[in-house]
Amino acid sequence: MTAMTREETEALIQEVLEVYPDKAKKDRAKHLTVNDQSIEKSSKCITSNRKSLPGVMTIRGCAYAGSKGVVWGPIKDMIHISHGPVGCGQYSRAGRRNYYIGTTGVNTFVTMNFTSDFQEKDIVFGGDKKLAKLIGEVETLFPLHKGISVQSECPIGLIGDDIEAVSKKTAKEIGKPVVPVRCEGFRGVSQSLGHHLANDAIRDWVLGNRDGDSSFETTPYDVAVIGDYNIGGDAWSSRTLLEEMGLRVVAQWSGDGTLAEIELTPKVKLNLIHCYRSMNYIARHMEEKYSIPWMEYNFFGPTKIAESLRKIAEQFDDKIKEGAERVIARYQAEYEAVIAKYKPRLEGKKVMLFIGGLRPRHVIGAYEDLGMEVVGTGYEFGHNDDYDRTIKEMGNATLLYDDVTGYEFEEFVKKIKPDLIGSGVKEKYIFQKMGVPFRQMHSWDYSGPYHGYDGFAIFARDMDMTINNPCWGKLQPPWKKAAANEEQARVAAGG
Amino acid sequence: MAKRLRQCAIYGKGGIGKSTTTQNLVAALAEQGQKVMIVGCDPKADSTRLILHAKAQNSIMQMASDAGSVEDLELEDVLKVGYRDIKCVESGGPEPGVGCAGRGVITAINFLEEEGAYDEDLDFVFYDVLGDVVCGGFAMPIRENKAQEIYIVCSGEMMAMYAANNIAKGIVKYANSGGVRLAGLICNSRQTAREDELIMELARQMGTQMIHFVPRDNVVQRAEIRRMTVIEYEPQAKQAQEYRDLAVKIINNKNLVIPTPITMDQLEDLLMEFGVMEEVDESIVGKTAQEEKLAA
Repeated sequence: MTAMTREETEALIQEVLEVYPDKAKKDRAKHLTVNDQSIEKSSKCITSNRKSLPGVMTIRGCAYAGSKGVVWGPIKDMIHISHGPVGCGQYSRAGRRNYYIGTTGVNTFVTMNFTSDFQEKDIVFGGDKKLAKLIGEVETLFPLHKGISVQSECPIGLIGDDIEAVSKKTAKEIGKPVVPVRCEGFRGVSQSLGHHLANDAIRDWVLGNRDGDSSFETTPYDVAVIGDYNIGGDAWSSRTLLEEMGLRVVAQWSGDGTLAEIELTPKVKLNLIHCYRSMNYIARHMEEKYSIPWMEYNFFGPTKIAESLRKIAEQFDDKIKEGAERVIARYQAEYEAVIAKYKPRLEGKKVMLFIGGLRPRHVIGAYEDLGMEVVGTGYEFGHNDDYDRTIKEMGNATLLYDDVTGYEFEEFVKKIKPDLIGSGVKEKYIFQKMGVPFRQMHSWDYSGPYHGYDGFAIFARDMDMTINNPCWGKLQPPWKKAAANEEQARVAAGG
Repeated sequence: MAKRLRQCAIYGKGGIGKSTTTQNLVAALAEQGQKVMIVGCDPKADSTRLILHAKAQNSIMQMASDAGSVEDLELEDVLKVGYRDIKCVESGGPEPGVGCAGRGVITAINFLEEEGAYDEDLDFVFYDVLGDVVCGGFAMPIRENKAQEIYIVCSGEMMAMYAANNIAKGIVKYANSGGVRLAGLICNSRQTAREDELIMELARQMGTQMIHFVPRDNVVQRAEIRRMTVIEYEPQAKQAQEYRDLAVKIINNKNLVIPTPITMDQLEDLLMEFGVMEEVDESIVGKTAQEEKLAA
């Protein structure tokens, strides 16, 4: 593998920055860096969670996306109302593949769109009354729902609808929680603020619901899985491992999760955080208020899974520690067979990533288990605590790019020539047309799960069938092939 | 030859008498044979009651809300005809504290345009706009080539002049992108000292004119109690003649300018010169009564 040196990578950043006007160049330079494992605090080398520049084609979403789309949306037995005009809810409906068990429209509602469908008159006269009416209709039509969240779209923040008052009033009427969330899309610089606002709403309107209620029978092995959205079934293939090692998973946040599970979480012994970015806030809150410790873990690829299982087990007694070893041993033959099959086909392949949440660092180990190397990575909406956790995972002299622009990403790919790119659907077709194998790493390209040992087998298969797909050799039409061959011959001849 | 429709907007500090002045002025214009429409741009919807002898006209937004949407309305539902065929509409809007009144103004004016309310027979449209240009919605009447002439109602009181100057700043913003111009200050007297000279000087500094000085007269209130303009209630009153003079001046007004708003310091100097405001003693700024006592 021809890895780039530190100097080469630095030169590449400078070259890419060159086209920007001075002000943009100065700003973007702070978001691009060459990784140096010796740095402890990422604030020394990279800036993040800042406003994107106008005109650069950022990949980011909005606060509403962070709250409704990520944190609240997957809670399956609640109805999440997109309060405002119809588009926000409708165009994000069912887009994230948060799998769940239940009968949609009867006792679960994840893929449905509920909206107050604002018209001119609702903007002018306010939408409070309509919201109250809608909540009454929801109660009549879907009596098995367990609660409601009100997800604010932009106009709500402009016209000042008092959704808190409506929530309190209607909650009393229907006898179920109604949670207002002030996640208007224009707030903050990305979806990240939406995660935070959603966490705060859970804290203020849900988490304390069973304080002082000791009817729930606890065990010493109760844990909650937090920050797993069960995309393609990720949470299921994670949960089995925890259960097999002897733990009791009381709550799943929020993939395939229920309101009751969230209300019960303050009763657990340990909170396990997969997506740190979107749910660290609530974990910290529970640590403060209920003295529940929390820890991050990583269930991508056998190396990280074993590491995480052992780290989790350390928080418990010998029974769980033995359980962790038993689980690792049980799956050993299985994951070794996966590696034996795919590693020879993937060894040495270079990967560039640009994703959200936890994945820009969490999937690195899974690629490494297959002999691949991640040579560039970056976060859509990460903060510096994400980059702190990334520096040690990435090799020296690899490329880090925060809130990468469309232009930068393309140029980096042209120069670094990775064998695979993992990013989102907006990037997918550009790179495929450039002839670079691509995996959509938000939704697992409609595959998955990728978490856990079961997920690793699927992950390995997917990467192989993408990189080694014969289609990449067919991209050049015959009439261009002749010219390319001539060019190659000329280069080979030293011309 | 087709007549040129003149669209005018009346702005000014809340409570200064915009609606009363506008309706008396419009009545005077109608008396002189002008075809006029009033568009009330205030959720209170009290811009047309003296013309219609009504408490408050049904507003576009209220009727749209009752009907379902603004597309469900017909022009004749919202357009009422009052004294001397003056056409009246109210944009309307929410009660205080909810929704977005600014959006109501935008929606209502768009509706009037689409429905052809600005017909060829009209000579004048007057927009009577809520006190301050607090957001984009209340600037709607001076955007997109609607009102070209702005009249600001003010008096010799400090806050009224301050508001007039602020409104002029808003006009500058839209004057550069569109054709809107300041057409003059209408002084609605509060009987402060040397009020006419003060407003004439303010107008001069802002690059415009005091188009008319409307004296204070109780006949205005007497007419209002009867939900009438002075023109209609007591045509021979001296005050009626004042409104007629204002109307003639507006018909003949060619003095349309991009205003030159003055700075806060300039305004304070002007107020001090006319004795409306005392010279500020910088040594007492931010001092509590207790501190002053201790210092003494």
